[in-house]
Amino acid sequence: MTEQSEVAENSSPSKLSSFTGTSLRILSGILGNFVVKRFLFFLFVVWIAATVIFIIPRLSGQDPVKEKLLLEAQRGGAMQTGLDEMAKTYQKRFGLDQPLWTQYTNYMIDLSKLNLGTSIAFFPRTVNDIVFESLMWTLGLMGTVTILAFILGTLAGAFLGWPRRPGWLQYVFMPLLTLSAIPQYLLAMILIFIIAFKLGWLPLFGGYSPSTLPNLSWDFVVDVLRHAILPAFAIIFSAIGFWAIGMRGMMINTQGEDYMIQADAKGLKGSRIFMRYAVRNALLPQVTGLALVLGTIVTGQVLVERVFSYPGIGDILFQAIRLSDFFVIRGIVIVIILGIAGATFLLDVLYPLLDPRIKVRNT
Amino acid sequence: MVQPTIEETRLSTEQAIKTYREGARITDADALVVEDLSVYYETDNGTVKACDDVTFTLKQGERFALVGESGSGKTTLAMALMRLTRPPGHIAKGSVTLNGRDITKLSDDEMRKTRLSELALVPQGAMNSLNPVMRIERQIVDGIIDHLDDDDPKPTKEELQETVRDLLTRVGLRPSVARLFPHELSGGMKQRVAMAIGISLRPKLIIADEPTSALDVVVQRQIMQTLGRLQEGLDASIMLVGHDMGLVAQFADTIGVMYAGKLVEIGPVEEVFSDPKHPYTKLLIGSLPSLQEKREFLGIPGLPPQLIFLPEGCAFEDRCPSRFEKCQAEIPDLFDLGGRREVACHLYEEEAKS
Repeated sequence: MTEQSEVAENSSPSKLSSFTGTSLRILSGILGNFVVKRFLFFLFVVWIAATVIFIIPRLSGQDPVKEKLLLEAQRGGAMQTGLDEMAKTYQKRFGLDQPLWTQYTNYMIDLSKLNLGTSIAFFPRTVNDIVFESLMWTLGLMGTVTILAFILGTLAGAFLGWPRRPGWLQYVFMPLLTLSAIPQYLLAMILIFIIAFKLGWLPLFGGYSPSTLPNLSWDFVVDVLRHAILPAFAIIFSAIGFWAIGMRGMMINTQGEDYMIQADAKGLKGSRIFMRYAVRNALLPQVTGLALVLGTIVTGQVLVERVFSYPGIGDILFQAIRLSDFFVIRGIVIVIILGIAGATFLLDVLYPLLDPRIKVRNT
Repeated sequence: MVQPTIEETRLSTEQAIKTYREGARITDADALVVEDLSVYYETDNGTVKACDDVTFTLKQGERFALVGESGSGKTTLAMALMRLTRPPGHIAKGSVTLNGRDITKLSDDEMRKTRLSELALVPQGAMNSLNPVMRIERQIVDGIIDHLDDDDPKPTKEELQETVRDLLTRVGLRPSVARLFPHELSGGMKQRVAMAIGISLRPKLIIADEPTSALDVVVQRQIMQTLGRLQEGLDASIMLVGHDMGLVAQFADTIGVMYAGKLVEIGPVEEVFSDPKHPYTKLLIGSLPSLQEKREFLGIPGLPPQLIFLPEGCAFEDRCPSRFEKCQAEIPDLFDLGGRREVACHLYEEEAKS
């Protein structure tokens, strides 16, 4: 790099070109930076995905505005006349009457401002508003639950794959592994039936009691937590097994490594060998798994949220698909893409810190 | 470096022996006494006698080499001495007396403290005996910290760094290696780190399990020289496990030959090489290629027996050129021939009695 800029400075007498040389060097330095490279790649992935989801709904040939109006008309019974004009007005309102290319550029401009448009099904609410609200419910529940399940499951797997574990542990963890074989929605229904319906200990559905309005009072927080318990358990129970099985396998692999024998030969304490030698090495693939799962939690657990009528993003996505609400579907899909691409980006940047063998090359 | 001429390379066996020895300091004190040590693996098909009735003594300052082909129980024996035998393997019987204490009787925690501080394992460091996600410094320090007693003063960070620097220098590495990760080192450097860890608590016995495999001959020589120097500096004993007869001849004082889980011959290196007693040792030494005369490679016909279906008599019987009736019926004891020579072969029963 230095050589190139020197050549540029020597060959041209003017100060301007030496300035260009320096700035070029800085620019290529920035572009060469691993993090910047990864970030540009992240933007590229988002752009491709956003373009694909712009095209696909338009290939379906459905007219969301007409669908919505027809639905309203069927419900209301009246207003059969003037449907076409209304449809046209709304299409204009949503910009659907413009040529595809203009629609695409407008969409990209809006997207760059993080403006996801207006919902058709929940008109006149904006997609941003809908997605943001439901995202909070989903992230609050799913984010907590995913990380909890990861920690519990990984610990469980670590102990299960550790030859010197106390013997009784296998009796605790084996049922959990069995539990994880049950699909989450089925587990959700079983939980609802027994705990909410038969015993009546916890609410049947929803994110909070229908009679209350969201506020920051203590009662409301307790209410929300009571509503979150069952969906949380349904997800945790099945996810623990997933993490535990993966971690157990990695722990067993690690046992066979020469450095584990050497750790024992060094006379290290059992706890140190467990944490710093076995778990530390077995954890690496688990972290990759966590990053990918964290990327997808924004989609929510569509089925679980449906079963509990939880007001999360999965529930909204389900309704939006049913009502062909292109804009909400698109908004949610973009959030999913941002989530997954963002998680991958973070993983790429953070992984070298976890595993020194993966080197970042700033060339 | 001046290349040796062909004449110089043609060292006779006698000249080659003791290449790494600067000053012999074998004392009369027993460093390690192994008696009837047996390691069995219980499997569904029966008991695998990986190591059976092994008895030998190591003097303080002695270099003992354990040789034998793959699967003869060398590493099993080395691991059993460290009490690192993993299930389904277990020490079935016997005793291992290290500096006057029977380590098979120690509690797990006492045994843990004994490792590294009294007997250290130098593994095949060129492979992956180092934790890949930990800096070298940390891997050396870990062993030191876990051997501190509760009432010992906690060493400061600077003291530990100083210790690491000193250890690395002693094995011939730059102190800056401390900050590196294992994947940034070459095979020879990793082997040196493994040695630095091994000597960090000044053990009295070093078990070196094939420390030079996977390294080229030039590095092998350097590693063995370093190992020998370290041993003499610590006044420790070494048990070298390996199958490189040339290396053993140059390094060790005493040699033990293993076959099918049993020690079949023990003796001073020079004597075993010049006058092998056991038919297996004879064939083994006869099979070594020689620089002096070019000839066909000689092997030992047949295969070693499966350790799960050992014959009633001598395990080498079906491959032995000098077998007779008794060999098939009875397992030979280790007969003492005097002058620290022992052999497990019926041929020498009379000689031992006289």
